[in-house]
Amino acid sequence: MPVSVDSSRIIYDALKDCGVGLVSALPETWLVHLIRMAEEDPAMVLVRLAKEEEGVGISAGAHLAGTKSAMLMQNHGFLASVNGIVSCAQLYRIPLLMLISHRGEFGERDPWQTEGGGVTEHVLQALRIPFAYLDSPSHVAHRIRKGLTLAYSSNKPVALLLCRDLMWEEPEGDARREQGDAKPSGRLSPQA
Amino acid sequence: MLRLDALNSVYDRLADRVVITIMGAVAAELQAIGHRPNFFYLQHAMGLASSMGLGVALTRPELSVVVFDGDGSILMNLGGLTTLARYRPKNLVHVVFDNESLLSVGGFPTATSTGSDIAGMAAAAGVPRTATVRTIDDFVAAFDDALASQQLTTIVAKVDAKGPAGFVTDLALLENRFEFQRWLRKTGAAQPTHHPR
Repeated sequence: MPVSVDSSRIIYDALKDCGVGLVSALPETWLVHLIRMAEEDPAMVLVRLAKEEEGVGISAGAHLAGTKSAMLMQNHGFLASVNGIVSCAQLYRIPLLMLISHRGEFGERDPWQTEGGGVTEHVLQALRIPFAYLDSPSHVAHRIRKGLTLAYSSNKPVALLLCRDLMWEEPEGDARREQGDAKPSGRLSPQA
Repeated sequence: MLRLDALNSVYDRLADRVVITIMGAVAAELQAIGHRPNFFYLQHAMGLASSMGLGVALTRPELSVVVFDGDGSILMNLGGLTTLARYRPKNLVHVVFDNESLLSVGGFPTATSTGSDIAGMAAAAGVPRTATVRTIDDFVAAFDDALASQQLTTIVAKVDAKGPAGFVTDLALLENRFEFQRWLRKTGAAQPTHHPR
């Protein structure tokens, strides 16, 4: 699958450079390399979850105990975590670093992912959670660092949205041409 | 068995341990017995006290962690039992006070009142040691066995659906949170460790 190993490595290295020592995760396609990198790193505590909201509690415990953490989840996992974010992380002023794969945006082909993308930013805004987009390798490291800095200075959650342009290596906007290429005598022309 | 009596019976064992409780009667009663800086009361986020305990236990293996959970709370995070069991920290004792009701909101009966067995679910999730106890003597024995065993243990303590007159105490939530963090910092540096995947 064309999930970007290079971008995943840049993200993972940025987390390590910031001193993140625990990662909680629920598998999702775009996160597979990140999770594998955490798994292969003996210095990283990886906690595989049954549901993303658990990660809020685990990160809260880790933070109070002195370990920086990051949560890896899909935007649907973020939506499933909202009560924990509000009634644990916000109520108790816990700095959370949430890396959220932003499915359902332009280019999404999985019909079942298309509802979550449109509400993710609105829910983040409603919760007053500062967020930034990670959509190019060039700004990954400093946005992660700045996000963590704000999380710690404010004692609040922050979110970074992992975007398709960063995580997925398939050329964008070429779906029709690809279909045409696959079926040279097909009915779809590139201009159809 | 009264939860207050159960808490009193192990109170002296909690002096140097990380203690995390759920909201409601457990928090109010433990504070009434005597608050300590190593006690944290998660006054909302039902279900996440055990997850917080896991976060502390995994990142501070040199500390002993006790979670005081409840039936209503753990029923909201049954998946968390599988995560506890997956990493089975040796330094975590998970006590579930099961009064078969959501006492602080009027006593609405939970599914344990109709037979759902939390110790059975914990064992089936893979928690290596579980027990269900109904008397103070059995509770104290199970608690001491759990501490001595150095294995993740879930103890379900069946208690009466009786609680304190009120649940709000004079300990502010954030006061508790920063005091608890300071205690954890003071007790030594974080030592993340390798653990099973």
